[in-house]
Amino acid sequence: MNEELLRIDRLTTSFRIADDYYAAVDEVTLSVGTNEIVAIVGESGSGKSALAYSIMGLHTRARIEGSIYYKGQDIASLPLSKLNKLRGKEIGMIFQDPQSALNPLMTVGDQIEEVLLLHRPELARKERRRRVIELLTKVGIPRPEHATGLFPHELSGGMRQRVVIAIAVANEPKLLIADEPTTALDVTIQLQILDLIRKLKNESGAGIILITHDLGVVAEMADRVAVMYAGQIVEIADIYTLLAGARHPYTRSLLQSIPAAGEAQSRLHVIQGIVPSLQHLPREGCRFRSRIPWIDESAHEAEPKLHEVAPGHFVRCTCHSDFHFPVHKEDDRHHAIS
Amino acid sequence: MPFLEVNDLLVHYPVRGGIFNRKQRVVKAVDGVHLAIEQGQTYGLVGESGSGKTTTGRAIIGLSPITSGSVLFQGRDIARSGTRMPPAVRRDIQMIFQDPYSSLNPKKRVLDIVAEPLRNFEKLSAQEEKRRVRQLLEQVGLSAESIYKYPHEFSGGQRQRIGIARAIALKPKLIIADEPVSALDVSVQAQVLNFMKDIQKELQLTYLLISHDLGIIKHMCNFIGIMYKGRYVEQGTTADIFENPQHIYTKRLLSAIPDLDPSKREKLAKLRGAVNAEYEQFHGSYFDDEGLAHPLKAITKTHSAALP
Ligand SMILES: Nc1ncnc2c1ncn2[C@@H]1O[C@H](COP(=O)(O)OP(=O)(O)OP(=O)(O)O)[C@@H](O)[C@H]1O
Ligand SMILES: Nc1ncnc2c1ncn2[C@@H]1O[C@H](COP(=O)(O)OP(=O)(O)OP(=O)(O)O)[C@@H](O)[C@H]1O
Ligand code: SF4
Ligand SMILES: [Mg+2]
Ligand SMILES: [Mg+2]
Repeated sequence: MNEELLRIDRLTTSFRIADDYYAAVDEVTLSVGTNEIVAIVGESGSGKSALAYSIMGLHTRARIEGSIYYKGQDIASLPLSKLNKLRGKEIGMIFQDPQSALNPLMTVGDQIEEVLLLHRPELARKERRRRVIELLTKVGIPRPEHATGLFPHELSGGMRQRVVIAIAVANEPKLLIADEPTTALDVTIQLQILDLIRKLKNESGAGIILITHDLGVVAEMADRVAVMYAGQIVEIADIYTLLAGARHPYTRSLLQSIPAAGEAQSRLHVIQGIVPSLQHLPREGCRFRSRIPWIDESAHEAEPKLHEVAPGHFVRCTCHSDFHFPVHKEDDRHHAIS
Repeated sequence: MPFLEVNDLLVHYPVRGGIFNRKQRVVKAVDGVHLAIEQGQTYGLVGESGSGKTTTGRAIIGLSPITSGSVLFQGRDIARSGTRMPPAVRRDIQMIFQDPYSSLNPKKRVLDIVAEPLRNFEKLSAQEEKRRVRQLLEQVGLSAESIYKYPHEFSGGQRQRIGIARAIALKPKLIIADEPVSALDVSVQAQVLNFMKDIQKELQLTYLLISHDLGIIKHMCNFIGIMYKGRYVEQGTTADIFENPQHIYTKRLLSAIPDLDPSKREKLAKLRGAVNAEYEQFHGSYFDDEGLAHPLKAITKTHSAALP
């Protein structure tokens, strides 16, 4: 049985724009067990990274409401000194942008050694060095001894991403937050990284939050999936239910737009319009409504709430049974916006 | 006669190294590529990062220095080393770049971005130019009023369409698209891919599509070439590659594609284990002493692979 490792309870993260605060993460409730991979999917701007940063306590100027329990302790209100003891040791994060996660003035080897030194000072220097090489090998960096002496700018984008991953797993975290860990990598390297994340789960029982927009990666990795749209979770289910029996119109639209190997040469589904920016988010009624204009207004719920439609399967709104795709797929070129 | 033919293309970059920067090494970015594309088709170029895909595309359009080999466009040698590409050909071949966020100049209005190739090749009155740009924007599904806006006012998919509007301004015949959707969300990706197919039909376009996403390649392409360290390991129709892969590298690449069916996880893990074991075992015979692929051998009329 999985134990609860992380529980996020009605978390709201708001950014200040001009004189007002706007929620980028809006009352999100989510739990992650030990030995569990929970994927978070959703379009660019839906709040996935903002959620990850909130868990890590990395937002400097955002307003955070709600609670984040890690092993039963609310870490949202933890003083920085205590949080720092968890971050990088118990809780690791793979950042979406490897560029900003690495120190440009330090060699790769020194940066990995630094996190080891910080959290496991008992390791002898020689042992530390050995561990650095081992980590670089694990993430698939060729000639790891040579790589330890290189600076970030001397590496290709894909190599930098792998160094960031090595740092995140250096101390075998109990909770790993992986924000688009393989987006910059080609499939063979991607597979190697995914195996590494899976091992962390299987061998040390870690809980993992995997943020990605690649539904193929989700299908391969996740135990459960949360779909985010405009700051809210619109659907949560186990992976099998989500792929075979998704209910929410947004989830179904996303699934339709993948060029799935198999159904070759047909037209792909396009979700009309764009994710609205934070200030322009409709805060009343359903946020997705404007993107499925062919659905009759009367079908929509006024304030869609998450409903449990089957054990463990939550869907925002109850009126999804009325949802259908447009009959003839219109030529999406003529949906000029702006 | 193929529409575009690349023969034994070599692009070697000299790099300085060693003490006093004296020793000359070369990076063999492209090391003997052959390819042929028929008009109206989409040819996909796949391979790991650094395998020479972008360099191949850039060499065809004259942006990377060709060390040796030839590029025949409609039978005419357009890229012999040392000569400049004839202007008529430069109009006919255009490139779409990878990143919609950085490939458009943020300080220029859409009008100036899209009109740039027109200004280089055609002398139009200001009014005529505006009319053409409006027309092009409508063709890519953007409203004509967009001409006075700046790139930051558009979404990623819309920005990529602005890049496409610019690329089709001169009615080219061949478009080299280097990772045109890899920076975009799946839903926006779908929009751009659908659109590329539409204008292909409308304008009889031929595409050379570079991508590391095999799902996209399969969806879009008739013919596929697979590169590894500057060389081809396999080439064939989409069916040849996906249904009957011959080279161990191709097999490894295909087996690594994420599968949308979670019930296949264990089966896939076994399959991948077997493919990797085969790869390790036969690496020495499928690659030469430098770890490079052998020359291609024909298997059928359409299918060839760098077999031992
Ligand atoms: N520091 C900030 N200040 C103001 N707005 C922000 C800030 N960080 C993020 N946002 C806004 O919050 C929303 C959510 O952003 P977030 O980065 O979480 O998206 P995401 O789901 O991770 O997208 P992507 O897939 O592109 O990484 C966006 O509208 C974004 O513009
Ligand atoms: N101007 C240059 N000078 C020296 N080496 C170069 C130059 N341009 C490219 N290279 C090298 O040539 C090789 C092929 O690069 P190229 O950009 O064509 O790869 P790619 O297949 O497009 O990779 P990716 O998928 O990462 O875009 C790489 O090793 C690269 O470092
Ligand atoms: S109210 Fe319900 S049916 Fe309407 S868009 Fe929202 S989730 Fe869909
Ligand atoms: Mg993000
Ligand atoms: Mg490239």
